[in-house]
Amino acid sequence: MSIISAHDLSFRYTDKQVLESLSFGVDTPCLLAVIGPNGSGKTTLLKMLNATLFPDSGSARIRGTDTRRFSRREMARLVAMVPQEMPSVFEFAAEEIVLMGRFPHQGYRLFDGKKDYRIVHAAMEKTNSLPFARARFSELSAGERQRVLIARALAQEPEILLLDESTVYLDLKHQAQFLSLIRELNREQGLTVVFVTHDINLAAQNADQILLLYKGKKYAIGAPAEVLTAKNIEEVYDVQVGIDQNPHNGSPRLTLFA
Amino acid sequence: MKSYHRVTLSRVLGVSALLFLLLVAASLAALGTGAVHTGFMEILQALRDFPGGGAQNQILFSVRLPRIFFAGTVGASLSVAGVVFQALLRNPLADPYVLGISGGSALGAIAGIILGAGAFFAGVPFLAFSGALVTVVLVFVVAGGPRGVFMDNSLLLAGVVVNSFFSAAILFCLSVVDSMELRSISFWLMGDLSGAAWPDIGVVFLCLLVAFVVLYSQARKLNLLVQGQETASQLGVNIKSAKYIMLTAASLLTAMAVSLAGIIGFVGMMVPHMMRLMWGADHRLLLPAAALFGALLLIAADTLARTILAPAELPVGVITALCGAPYFIFLMRRRGGR
Repeated sequence: MSIISAHDLSFRYTDKQVLESLSFGVDTPCLLAVIGPNGSGKTTLLKMLNATLFPDSGSARIRGTDTRRFSRREMARLVAMVPQEMPSVFEFAAEEIVLMGRFPHQGYRLFDGKKDYRIVHAAMEKTNSLPFARARFSELSAGERQRVLIARALAQEPEILLLDESTVYLDLKHQAQFLSLIRELNREQGLTVVFVTHDINLAAQNADQILLLYKGKKYAIGAPAEVLTAKNIEEVYDVQVGIDQNPHNGSPRLTLFA
Repeated sequence: MKSYHRVTLSRVLGVSALLFLLLVAASLAALGTGAVHTGFMEILQALRDFPGGGAQNQILFSVRLPRIFFAGTVGASLSVAGVVFQALLRNPLADPYVLGISGGSALGAIAGIILGAGAFFAGVPFLAFSGALVTVVLVFVVAGGPRGVFMDNSLLLAGVVVNSFFSAAILFCLSVVDSMELRSISFWLMGDLSGAAWPDIGVVFLCLLVAFVVLYSQARKLNLLVQGQETASQLGVNIKSAKYIMLTAASLLTAMAVSLAGIIGFVGMMVPHMMRLMWGADHRLLLPAAALFGALLLIAADTLARTILAPAELPVGVITALCGAPYFIFLMRRRGGR
């Protein structure tokens, strides 16, 4: 049974077909990169996978169960999403933001328990956000905020982590730390990670599988070396590229001819 | 928020106890203040003699005490409603009247006054309350039904539109009534806490208690909703049911307060603000703090309103607006116009 899958899934906003007859499945816990040009439906696909949106026809499934059949809390315990950015109107401390990730586990309890604080502490340690746990979220830098939001997602203790361009604001060191963190969580806890990115080399080096979307349809899915061919990229992105092998790790490497 | 403190049960109880003591102190002070000054020892003596005693006890227990209790209840109701509307609309400038409840209930009350409904028991409040409920329904419809209610700005816009429509209708009414009615209408429009009797107060207080318990059970969800509906939903909140529960409870609180006390501005906007600055934005602490401090503030304002020009009385809304507007200018300047 697939961990996540789409079955002939279609979705349209009022006047625009965003996803069309999309089918794919991920059978073992892995890192799946979703790439494609602007407007190809990447973020919408993530929203299908955590039941923020529902398909017009077909279905999105988690462990074989249609996303429509989960309660919000059940879904939040299974799937966590790290958004690109979260505007905050009122002042909350970073730690309070991460504690919100415990909500789906707390039932009707109104106050956080020792276990909640322990998990939040660990999540913030892993994302290197503990030093500013007491600072106001709105006063952090974009990269720091992103680490807090990643910690919040980890505090949900999900089986599936969805990342929407979640590394864009991170500096090199934190990008490396974050990528090794999700690989470690994948290896040790069987976390499945679906990440949307525009950085094809990042996807090539870190993903086990790549899903290439084009105008809302699946153009290709498979190992990076299978999907990232010059022919595929040129057709989908309408640019001239060269693809060779990265001498350091053997993954495909893309050069953009501008 | 000066420095970060974790919101725990003991912190909530501690802060609430502190504010409750302040509230009791303010109430006792208000009880002693008025045309007949009453010292602290005399109040204690009167409490001991209750329910007997002379004319002075009559003033304390039949005139001042219900009024203080009423002011506190209305202040708490408006402040709690303000907290909820600010969170749901994610707008620190929202207040309990943001959905147009003030305009709707004012129109109801004015219609009542003009038609002489005051002759019947609770006639005017009943019409004001009906006006408020009709408005809420109307705003939901204008906002575009359930779909619109769940977009951040539709409700706000619908509220503004409905409110300005009602304002025009109110101005129309004001221009056709005679001067006696005008005076009672204008008192109503500026807020008036002098008219309440125990049965009314009991009903409002009961409503406050029920709405508060319901809203407090949603306190964590309010924290999440402030982060945006999509975020809240992804963290496990059922937006639809949560929002209906919260909007209903907050609208009911506002409608009850407005129908008996008229339109008292600024309390419901100012108190949530002040409490957020003092204690942080977490609704588990913000809700009780706003309720208690809102009660305190309106008791203080009403005491001023009935004594400052004694024996004449000012509408309490004049006091809250006179203090509230400068406070906001101060806040805006300090925070760089945010």
